[in-house]
Amino acid sequence: MNQNGKVEFNFSENLPTRHRTGGIWRSIFLAATLTGIVFLSILLLKIVNDSFGYIVVEYGIHPDALAVDGVPIWELPKEDLVLILQANVTPGRFRTLVKELPMEQRSLEDILAIINREVVEPKVAQTWTLFESIFQKQEIETYAAENYPEGELYFKAWINWDFITSPQSSDPLYAGIRTAILGSLWLMGVAILFALPMGLGAAIYLEEFASKNWLNGLIRTNINNLAGVPSIIYGILGLAVFVRALEPITSGAVSGNGVSSATLNGRTILSGGLTLGLLILPIIIINAQEALRAVPSSLREASYGVGATKWQTVWSHVLPSAIPGIMTGSILAFSRAFGETAPLVVIGASTYIVYDPTSVFSKFTALPIQIYQWTSRPQDEFRNLAAAAIIVLLLLLLTMNAVAIFVRNRYSRRV
Amino acid sequence: MMEDHSVNNLPAINLKRRSRPKESLIKGFLFFCGFFSIFITLAIVYELAKEALLFFQDPDVTLWGFLTGLTWQPKLGEFGVIPLVTATLLTTAIAMMVAIPLGLAVAIYLSEYASERVRGTIKPVMEVLAGIPTVVYGFFALTFITPVLRSIFGSDVVQIYNTASAGLAMGILILPLIASMTEDALSAVPRSLREAGYSLGATKLEVAVKIVVPAAISGISAAIILGISRAIGETMIVAIAAGAGPNLTLNPFEAAETMTGYMVRISGGDLSYDSIDYNSIFAIGLLLFIVTFILNLISQRIVLHFREVYE
Repeated sequence: MNQNGKVEFNFSENLPTRHRTGGIWRSIFLAATLTGIVFLSILLLKIVNDSFGYIVVEYGIHPDALAVDGVPIWELPKEDLVLILQANVTPGRFRTLVKELPMEQRSLEDILAIINREVVEPKVAQTWTLFESIFQKQEIETYAAENYPEGELYFKAWINWDFITSPQSSDPLYAGIRTAILGSLWLMGVAILFALPMGLGAAIYLEEFASKNWLNGLIRTNINNLAGVPSIIYGILGLAVFVRALEPITSGAVSGNGVSSATLNGRTILSGGLTLGLLILPIIIINAQEALRAVPSSLREASYGVGATKWQTVWSHVLPSAIPGIMTGSILAFSRAFGETAPLVVIGASTYIVYDPTSVFSKFTALPIQIYQWTSRPQDEFRNLAAAAIIVLLLLLLTMNAVAIFVRNRYSRRV
Repeated sequence: MMEDHSVNNLPAINLKRRSRPKESLIKGFLFFCGFFSIFITLAIVYELAKEALLFFQDPDVTLWGFLTGLTWQPKLGEFGVIPLVTATLLTTAIAMMVAIPLGLAVAIYLSEYASERVRGTIKPVMEVLAGIPTVVYGFFALTFITPVLRSIFGSDVVQIYNTASAGLAMGILILPLIASMTEDALSAVPRSLREAGYSLGATKLEVAVKIVVPAAISGISAAIILGISRAIGETMIVAIAAGAGPNLTLNPFEAAETMTGYMVRISGGDLSYDSIDYNSIFAIGLLLFIVTFILNLISQRIVLHFREVYE
């Protein structure tokens, strides 16, 4: 007690310590937050790092050795190429090739491809990453000269136009993702046709029509729960229902559209697309419900006020103003489906598909499946292919998300 | 009798309720769409149960042996799910060790400390992390995290396929989920609670940790439970990085196959229907479904409860 009779507390005694603790924890929180950015940067760097770099290729016969009078083989006329082919494969093999299709009927590119495959036989001996290629160029060159004196060392961008437009191949030098991209797009088409109307219908029912009773409560709870079911469960549901139980329909046997009767089974684009559709249905419903809920009720009251029925109100007033929100949510759901791998592996997407899918009854592969397949191979060159395919996948997803954000910003003003 | 005929002379307007067949048809379709989700759940339960039943009817299999057996060797007729469950729990535990502390820290920073501008930068990064397909995380785990672990702990200790790298990658995957749900919970805490804390002389940290976090604890636990459920069901990362072949171990540097990893491996190969292998993935799927479904339900219940408190 001091002379004024007031009690004096010493607040400042532990204040510095408390402030220091506060400062320390603040830095810890900030550091944790930055780890997210760090992870993302490392992930992207790692993928880019694997998509470019030096490779050493070894040849069965070096293409230069096949040149006639100094003219490289890819500039030679067809007749010379046939002679080269005949001279360099066994007579039996040549006869087989002729039996498949006479040389006169084959195109120039075809014969070049055969020569490349059977005579030149390029093989990837070793690959390096982008950083190694930039910072240890000297060492790589010395190493390659010592260990692969016959091989050719050059810088390869694994992601290039040929990679995107070539069909699949077991040879990493010529493998592409064309069939995988087309397969993914077909899957998306089926999933959209199925899940968008169903999801929108369910959302409209729940938000505009459903009264508060136990059944609608059950539906709501159930949708939220379905959104959390692991995707692999949808995969085995698709396997049991679409691939097996509905095989006559999903294989195209009933409608007579099966692509080839010999290999008819339910592992088609239709099965895969419907499975992905089921997977994203709850997400679409939840997003669409939120968009509908954001429409002010005054709009509905005004419509009822002039005598519109419930459905007229929903169709002409609620839906138009909710469309941007619904579209944004749906695009995000589809970008989720685009990267989904597990359900497709489970329903048995084929991994080696050389031909473009032609209908919903085609066998298919998809971009994420292709990435999974290449990642699981132990050889380095397939890892490079996986990295290049990941770049394509991420760019496609980025585009979808950008469209969603654009739609949100462009139309949200009117709501 | 004088009557005002002018009213009666007007064309009659029938204001009675008209029957509108098109309207009822549309309503019926909408109800069907809504009800379809129940149908999906029933289909999942029915299919899983039907095939799982076939699995349990096999003379080699008993329910008790399935739930408590320590070896999973279908070729030898041993069907104990414990090794697969252990591996799942191990990867989940590692993932949560990464995701819970980081997720909470990120959420506290974003909701209590960060300026509008910082939030505007961090949130999109989190959204991008959450939007990257899991197969990409698998690639990252196998080709980056594993080599890093091997160079730190030695390649004789860390196997090429191991649960540690899969768990770490899964932690990064789940971090945004926990961070964003926790941030929502923290932001829902009324401002008055914080002001009351400050007026008593609490520092920012004390307000955040001793007032806001406890007030939001139900939302935070819902986020964590949902994260666990997500980790248990996560498939591609473990299929790529954790290795093939059931292995009863608690060593995170050894290869061990999880429940989801087993399902992918078996169904990815050429499997014949009605074989014991085919039926076994449904039995494991049923177990997975039940566990994640219960976790999701609990999480939802908690969220509902916490909404009632603050709205």
